[in-house]
Amino acid sequence: MTTLLDVRRLTVNFFSEAGTVTPVDDVSFQLAKGETLALVGESGCGKSLTALSILQLLPRAASIGPGSTIELDGQDLVPLDEAALRAVRGARIAMIFQDPMTSLDPVYTAGSQITEAIRAHRNVGKRQARERALELLEEVGIPDPLSRFDQYPHELSGGMRQRVMIAIALSCEPQVLIADEPTTALDVTVQAQILEILDRLRRSHDMAVLLITHDLGIVAGRADRVAVMYAGRIVETAPTDRLFQHPAHPYTQALLASVPRLTGPLQRLTPIQGTVPNPDAWPAGCRFHPRCPYAFDRCQQQPPVRAVADGHETACWLESPQ
Amino acid sequence: MIARPEAPFDRWRRSGGWLGVVVLVGMIAVALVGPLALPDPASQPDIVAGAQPPSLAHPFGTDVLSRDVLSRVVSGARISLAIAALAVTLSLVLGATFGLVAGYWGGWVDTVLMRLVDGALAIPRLFLLLLLVTVWDRLTIVPFVLVIGATGWFGTSRLVRAEVLRIKSEPFVQAAQALGAKPARIVRRHLLPNTAGPLLVAATLGVGNVILLEAGLSFLGVGGVRPPTPSWGRMIFEGKSVLATAPWTSIFPGVAIVVTVLAVNLIGEALRDHLDPKNA
Amino acid sequence: MTAPSSPPPLVRVSNLVKHYHRRGILRTSTERVQAVDGVSFTIPAGETLGLVGESGCGKTTVARTVLRLEEPTSGSVRFGEVDVLALRANDLRTFRRRMQIIFQDPYGSLNPRMRVGQAIGEGLRIHRVVPKRDIPERVATLLAEVGLDASAARRYPHEFSGGQRQRIGIARSLAVEPDFIVCDEPVSALDVSVQAQVINLLTDLQQRRGLSYLFIAHDLAVIRQVAQHTAVMYLGHFVETGPTTEILSRPHHPYTQALLSAVPEPDPSSQRQRIVLRGELPSPAHPPAGCPFHTRCFHPLKDSRCSTERPALRAVGATKTACHYAED
Repeated sequence: MTTLLDVRRLTVNFFSEAGTVTPVDDVSFQLAKGETLALVGESGCGKSLTALSILQLLPRAASIGPGSTIELDGQDLVPLDEAALRAVRGARIAMIFQDPMTSLDPVYTAGSQITEAIRAHRNVGKRQARERALELLEEVGIPDPLSRFDQYPHELSGGMRQRVMIAIALSCEPQVLIADEPTTALDVTVQAQILEILDRLRRSHDMAVLLITHDLGIVAGRADRVAVMYAGRIVETAPTDRLFQHPAHPYTQALLASVPRLTGPLQRLTPIQGTVPNPDAWPAGCRFHPRCPYAFDRCQQQPPVRAVADGHETACWLESPQ
Repeated sequence: MIARPEAPFDRWRRSGGWLGVVVLVGMIAVALVGPLALPDPASQPDIVAGAQPPSLAHPFGTDVLSRDVLSRVVSGARISLAIAALAVTLSLVLGATFGLVAGYWGGWVDTVLMRLVDGALAIPRLFLLLLLVTVWDRLTIVPFVLVIGATGWFGTSRLVRAEVLRIKSEPFVQAAQALGAKPARIVRRHLLPNTAGPLLVAATLGVGNVILLEAGLSFLGVGGVRPPTPSWGRMIFEGKSVLATAPWTSIFPGVAIVVTVLAVNLIGEALRDHLDPKNA
Repeated sequence: MTAPSSPPPLVRVSNLVKHYHRRGILRTSTERVQAVDGVSFTIPAGETLGLVGESGCGKTTVARTVLRLEEPTSGSVRFGEVDVLALRANDLRTFRRRMQIIFQDPYGSLNPRMRVGQAIGEGLRIHRVVPKRDIPERVATLLAEVGLDASAARRYPHEFSGGQRQRIGIARSLAVEPDFIVCDEPVSALDVSVQAQVINLLTDLQQRRGLSYLFIAHDLAVIRQVAQHTAVMYLGHFVETGPTTEILSRPHHPYTQALLSAVPEPDPSSQRQRIVLRGELPSPAHPPAGCPFHTRCFHPLKDSRCSTERPALRAVGATKTACHYAED
């Protein structure tokens, strides 16, 4: 599989009155053509910031640290200027966001937001753009695209708005789609619809998808590979099946043990003791060690990433999975 | 992309509030202590000398009645600040009460109260005050303060009502209801403390407003401050006739007004910025 | 819906209806939003009824009307011997001790200007549960019971994480010693690893104090952990009710089946038939005639009867289902 997106040693710094914090700390992962990589973690782990930094859409107080590399098809995106980045955004890498209520501009119709995206990158006339937009609306499963085209976001349901966002993202045939918690704000049945659409479109457009989520269930069903993030670092990367059957990092294991399930024996959940640390008070060494049941003195030092099996890496001092 | 520390403009903006505090505290200190240190402005009737430009003996000069302008400005500070503080307090109390009642009870109570407020807001405050002070002959300071305070609460009540409506739907208010709290308790312990922020901001900005109003009315000759009591606006009024020959009699009280209102506004804005992100 | 030979029902709700009147966009007409359209259930002492459904199904409205935080349009709510809807204002306030609520949003459910100790102690003060001088001690005990340090009493809500704030909210409800707590999506806004902490705490408290819960959630896996019985809600109606194990293993209503298949399971090897619903959720202001689900129903035997006649809940297998063709 050819690597399409190669992120190496990505660091994001955040400036606040309290000082500088590093919510994304030395993160590396690869996304191959045609695959879905899930970036999984709880709130505050830095996964959304990681996604935003790929397209350099960070808030004003944040910036990418030196030494970071984000390569798309061999070209490093970090040193690019605004004009060059604009050519990448939407056209080569597209992004869809979590909250469909606020991600669409309320004063423009659904259709015009799609045509705007098309005409930003392609030299086509208004009529051509409109036709393409209608095609896209149909592709994302919106019934009666002709009337929906002229509707405003507030006239559409959450699921519809998300589909419109997907249509906008696809409009210029990007190579990579970043989906930042695309279904978190949606109902379960709507979520199923949206995930189905994303799967179908990924295959038909031959895209690579970076799926950001906290929901392990979505990961199990839809991702080829998984990277688990905790407190700004990636603690484990593995093919999906392997991650669920043989999790190597204690955090992954604890996470899987604490999630309620529909099937299997009904037993008391095992929560993870303690709380997720804040970026301004991160533990030294392995950031999970204060909450880890297997912690020992070596954990005061940051563990290196080591291979557990083919395509399976983890950042933990323990020699063998417990 | 390079690492960026806090933009210099934001830092400068944040320090504005502290500057305002320093100036205002200084002004209050001067108002309290000043008259004790300086000669009584009313007790120097050297009518012969007349208005003298600033000198070592009289740093701000003297006015047409040979009174030391500096002492008068300092005394005037007491009057102007006191009027502002009292009037704003009255406006706050009235505005908060009406806003709370309207916001919490809703229904027809809300509608009636807010239509009254709408009506009152339609009349420009200055005209209303002018009407009141000209009709009310021989207005003294206390009724003057009452009148200013009683005309300044309409906007505040709208503000408080909006806050109350917002807070009312928050789960913690429903939690209090679910616990069995009586409405009075909910208003006192849950609604009022959470409207304190915007109220405080409105109050500080209101102080500046009142100082200007009082100065304006005094300047027009209809203020509640009668001679020989100095107020800044009164001083400008009295200096009007000699503006060309003895401008210092008007300039110094004018500067005092500008400085005080600026300071208060800086504080108000800094407070608003400070309270905003935390509420979000 | 009571299990045989079990304690007598503590909460009995029948034909609860709540309609809202909402002005149309142009304010020329009034729409009648049928948020809750006739639901009935009972909850025995010490047990949990899970209420599951998606947005707009009316589950939060059920929670609020059962507690009379909003007045129902019609129906009856009985708590033990007491007719809750007939209580007068002062009696209602006193009665509130026995039924409490926990909210979904950990960030809005605590007064930001009140210290945690004061928030927890408010119920103690209102109902004079203990003498004034004993309040701090009682607050400390409650904090310990929910797994927080006694020093938390002096601090403000913003110093705590979402999970901790939920615990504080739970302590606040426990202070008045209720028999029944409505849990309105108490873990939906929490992180995965924290959800487990709060779920465990709620089940422990139920065992220790004999509490009854009406547990509202949209996540069936969470319901499975806490509820012995479950009711599935759609557009203001119960479409299926029964023991949780039965609902999860042998659902009869098409909507329940779709809901179950849509829940993502953290298990790549789980082979489930994926049912993807077509169409959109109808607006509660204009519910479909007949069966509320018929516009999206995929049952092979769906026919004209479904669009004219509303099915009543009837026993099919081990659950009660509101479907004309549930047997098949």
